[in-house]
Amino acid sequence: MITLERRPQPSRAWSYLSPLLAVIVTMIVGGLVFAALGKPPVEAIRTIFWDPLFGDFASYFRPQLLVKAAPLILIAIGLSFGFRAGIWNIGAEGQYIMGALFGAGLALAFYPSEARWLVFPLMIVAGTLGGLIWAMIPGLLRVYFRTNEILVSLMLVYVADFLLDAMALGLLRNPDGMGFPGSRNLQQYPAAHNAELIANTGMHWGVIAAFFAVVAAYILLSRHIFGFNVRLAGQSPRAAAFAGVSADKMVLICLGLSGALAGMAGMFEVAGPSGQVLASFNVGYGFTAIIVAFLGRLHPVGILLAGFLMALTYIGGELAQMNLQLPRSAIQLFQGMLLFFLLAVDVMTNFRIRFGRQKVA
Amino acid sequence: MDLSSINPLLLLASLMVASTPILLAALGELVVERAGVLNLGVEGMMITGAACGIIFSTLTGNAWLGFAGAALGGLMLSFLFAVLTQVLLSNQVATGLALTLFGLGLSALLGQSFADARPPAFPKLDIPILSDLPVLGPVLFRHDGMVYIGLLLVVAVWYFLSRTRAGLVLRAVGENHEAAHALGYRVVLIRFGAIMFGGACAGLGGAYISLVRVPQWTEGMTAGAGWIALAIVVFAGWKPLRLLLGAYLFGGVTVLQLNLQAAGLAIPVEYLSMSPYVATILVLVILAAGRAPGSLGKTFHASR
Amino acid sequence: MKRRTLLKTGATAAFAAALGAPLRAQDGPMKVGFVYVGPINDGGWTQHHHHSAKEMVEHFGDAVELVYQESVPEGPDAERVMTQMCLQGCQIIFTTSFGFMDPTINVAAKFPDVVFEHATGYKTADNVSVYSARFYEGRAIQGHLAGKMTQSNKVGYIASVPIPEVVRGINSAFIHARKVNPDVEFKIIWIFEWLNPAKEADAAKALIEQGCDVVLQHTDSTAPHAAAKEAGGVYTFGQAADMAEFAPMPRISSIIDNWAPYYIDRVQAVMDGTWESVNTWQGIGEGMVGIGEISSAVPDDVKAEAEAMRDAIAAGEYHPFTGPLTDQSGTEFLAEGEVADDGLLAGMNFYVEGIEGDIPS
Repeated sequence: MITLERRPQPSRAWSYLSPLLAVIVTMIVGGLVFAALGKPPVEAIRTIFWDPLFGDFASYFRPQLLVKAAPLILIAIGLSFGFRAGIWNIGAEGQYIMGALFGAGLALAFYPSEARWLVFPLMIVAGTLGGLIWAMIPGLLRVYFRTNEILVSLMLVYVADFLLDAMALGLLRNPDGMGFPGSRNLQQYPAAHNAELIANTGMHWGVIAAFFAVVAAYILLSRHIFGFNVRLAGQSPRAAAFAGVSADKMVLICLGLSGALAGMAGMFEVAGPSGQVLASFNVGYGFTAIIVAFLGRLHPVGILLAGFLMALTYIGGELAQMNLQLPRSAIQLFQGMLLFFLLAVDVMTNFRIRFGRQKVA
Repeated sequence: MDLSSINPLLLLASLMVASTPILLAALGELVVERAGVLNLGVEGMMITGAACGIIFSTLTGNAWLGFAGAALGGLMLSFLFAVLTQVLLSNQVATGLALTLFGLGLSALLGQSFADARPPAFPKLDIPILSDLPVLGPVLFRHDGMVYIGLLLVVAVWYFLSRTRAGLVLRAVGENHEAAHALGYRVVLIRFGAIMFGGACAGLGGAYISLVRVPQWTEGMTAGAGWIALAIVVFAGWKPLRLLLGAYLFGGVTVLQLNLQAAGLAIPVEYLSMSPYVATILVLVILAAGRAPGSLGKTFHASR
Repeated sequence: MKRRTLLKTGATAAFAAALGAPLRAQDGPMKVGFVYVGPINDGGWTQHHHHSAKEMVEHFGDAVELVYQESVPEGPDAERVMTQMCLQGCQIIFTTSFGFMDPTINVAAKFPDVVFEHATGYKTADNVSVYSARFYEGRAIQGHLAGKMTQSNKVGYIASVPIPEVVRGINSAFIHARKVNPDVEFKIIWIFEWLNPAKEADAAKALIEQGCDVVLQHTDSTAPHAAAKEAGGVYTFGQAADMAEFAPMPRISSIIDNWAPYYIDRVQAVMDGTWESVNTWQGIGEGMVGIGEISSAVPDDVKAEAEAMRDAIAAGEYHPFTGPLTDQSGTEFLAEGEVADDGLLAGMNFYVEGIEGDIPS
C-alpha cells in the first residue's frame, strides 16, 4: 500500500527538483508520442526546447520569448496574490479583454492625436482601470452578496468576449477599413503605439511592466505586511480575522490587483504586438496565466520562469510544426502533458510517499 | 420582418435538440460539483467524446456504439483528472484548464484521419401514437434516443441526489469533506466516481454534436459548449431539475437568435448572446438557494 | 540534411536578416511558405488552400519544398510565424486569410527580398501581392438555380462574417434569383464565424423550419447539407469544396476554390525572377472559381440555363453586376447597361434593393 504523508515542512529540495523532473518526464513521454507519429523524437524535443534559445535563429526568437511571456507573467503575478489568499479569480481573460478595449478605446477617441505624452499614459490608466472594474464586479458581489467569485469571474469572460466582438464590428471599427471588421491599427498611430523600446529586442512597455511586477511582488510578499496578511488569509482565515485582517478588504484588494494587472497586459498587447481590436484578439493568455501561476508555485520568481517555459513551448512548438511537420494537435497534447506532470510532481513538495501499511493512529 | 414565420412548436423542438449536448455535459458536471470537485476541463472531455464518437461509430457502423465509445473516452480523460486532483492533490482549477488543453490536442490527433468520415445515421424514435399527437407530438415525441436519455438522466440524477442514501453521502462529501471523512465515508473514492460520471456525460454530450447535430468531425467543433455547460450548472444552483431549464435557456437563446435573424429582425447578436451569462450572474446574486457546495474546489487529504 | 547545411550558411545571415538585410536561399529546393488560419482538414477554406499548395508542389516536384503552419491566430503570432518562414529561407510566402493583412505588410517590410502573396486583402507593397477569387460569379449561378428551384419562394443564406466579400455574394445571388423569380425572398443568418459546424447546422435548421427550401452557405462545413438531407426536399450548394458526397440531393451544385494554377504561376515567376507585385482577382474564366457539376435533381432546361450563364461569365460576355441596379434605399448605383467596376465591388457594404434587413455592424 502506498500512502502519502504530509511533510511537517514543505521540502525545499523537492520544490526546486520537481519542475525539473516534470520537464524530463514530459520529454520522455512526449518523445514517445512523437516517435509513434513517425517523427524523430530527439530532434523534435531539441526543436522545442533548445532551438528557440540557442538554435540558429535564436537572436530572433529570444526577444519573441519576451513578447510572448510578458503578458502571461504580468497576469499570473496579479493572480498569485489572490490564489495565495484563497481568492479565485479565473476571469483574467475577461479582464484582459476589457483592459484592451478601454485602452484602445481611449486611444481611438483621441485619434489622430499627436500628443503621445498625454495619450499613452492615459491609455495605461484606462487599460488598468478597465481590468480593475471588470474584476471588481465579482469582488463586490462576493462582499455584498456572498456569491462565488470563481463562477462570476468566469461568466464575465464570456460577456467580455461578446463585447469584444461587438466593438470590433461596431463602435471601434476602422472607418477606413474597406468594410472589414477590426479597429484602426494602433501600430500606425504613433501617439498610441506600444513599440519596441530598442529595435529587435522585444522590449516594450509591457515587458518592463512584467519585470517590475515580479520585483514588486517579491518585495511585497517577503518584506511587507500585506504579503504576510495574504499568506495568513490563505493558510488560516480564522487566524487572519483575529489578526485584524478584514476578509472583505482582502477580497477586493486581491481581485482588484489581479484585474488591474490583467487589464494592463491587455492594453499593452493591443497597443503593441497585436495592434488591433479584433474578434480574434484574445488567444487565451488569461487562462494560460492561471496555469503559469500554479507552475510557478505562486512565487514571483517561479512565475517568471514558468512564463518563459510556457512561451518556449509555444515558440518551440511552432518551430517543430514548421520544420518537422508535427501536427499542431501533437504540440497541444505535449503542452497539456507538461502541465499534467508539473502539477502531479508538486505533490512531492508537501508530501512524502510511504510504502507499506499506514499505521493506525 | 416577419415574426409569423417562426413556428413556435418547431422552435421548441429544435431547442430540445440544440440543448441536448450542453444538458448532458452540465448534468455530469453538476454531480462532480455536488461532490465538491470543480472540473473546468469539460470542454476538453466533450471534444474528446466528439472525436471518440466518430471513431467508434465509423469503425463499428453503429451510432450507439459510437456513444458508448465517447462516454468511455470522456471517462478516461476524467480519470486522469481524478488521479491528479484526488491522489496527487494538484490544484483543481489549474488541472481542469490543463485537461482542456490536453483534450483539444488529443481529440485533434485522434480525429485526424476521420475528417471525411460520415457517421452512420442515428434514427429518430417515431414513438407510435404519441408522436401523432397534435402539437405535442412533433415537439416532444419525434426526437432521437439521446434526447430522451438526456431527460431520463436528469430525472435519475435528481432522484439519486435527493432520494437515495448514496446521493446524500455524495452531497455530504461535497458540503464538508472533513466531516464526511470523520463519519467514515471514503471521500476520495466517492469523488472518483463522481468525476468519472462527469467525464462520461461530457463525452456523450460531445458525441451528440459530432454524431447527430452536425454530423461530422471537425477539429475544435464543440466550440465552447463545455464552458457553457459550466455556466448552466451555476445557473441551475446545482439543482438537476433547474438544470433542464438552464440548458433550455442557453440552448434556446442560440436557436432563438438564429430564428430571429432569419425572420429578418435586426437584433444585436452579441448582446443577446451574452444575456444568459449575465442572467447567470443575476441568478447567483438573487437566489439564496444558489449556494455552491461548501467544499467546492478545495483539495482534500485524509491523513492530517 | 539539406536544412542543416542551409541553416549553417545562414547562421550569420540570420541576425542580419532580422535587421532587414537581404537573405537569399541558396542551393536546394526553393522553399514556399503557407500560413493557414484553420486546420488543414477543415473541409473548406484552409483545406483547399492546402490542397492547391500540394498540387503546386506536385507540379514542381523536387524543385520546391513546402513549409506550412496551420491554425495560426491572426495577430502577433502570425507575424512570428511569417518571420520564422523568412528566416528559414522561404522565398515566397502565401498568407491565406484576410486577418493576416497587417502582419504580412509588417514582415514584408523587414524582408524586402522575400515576396508575399496575401489572400483576400487590399494592402499591397513592392513585395506584397494580393489575390482573391471572384466568388460572386459563382453566386450568380447559385442565385439563378435557387430562384428556379424554390417552391416556397424562400431562400435561406448562411452568412459568415460581415465583410464585403460575403455581402457581394449575397447581392449577386439575390439579383439573379429575383431575375428569374420576382417573388423570391432571402432569409439571411449571420453566424459571425467561418467554420462552426454546430452553429451552421442550427442555422440551416432554423432556415428550413421557416420555410426555406434552398439554403446557400458562405461557411465551410457540410453541416447544412446534412440538415437539408434530413429535412428532405431542400436544395444546397457546396462551398469551397465540391461536397459531392451530398449530390445529387440535397447538393445541386457548388463553388469550388481552385488556387493551384495561381500558386504554380506565382512560384514559377519567382523562379524566373519575373515576380512583381500585382492585385489579382480571378473568376470562372481563369479557373480560380470552379462550378461543381449541376446534379440530376435540377431539370435539364434549368441546368442548361445555368451552364450558359457560367460560360457567358467565363467568356467575359456577362457581368453579374450589370445595371440597372438599386440599393436598399432605392438609389440607383448602376445605370442601365453599366457594369460594376472592381472598386465598387471591393468595398461593397450595402444590400441591393429587395433584400430585407441590415448588414450587422
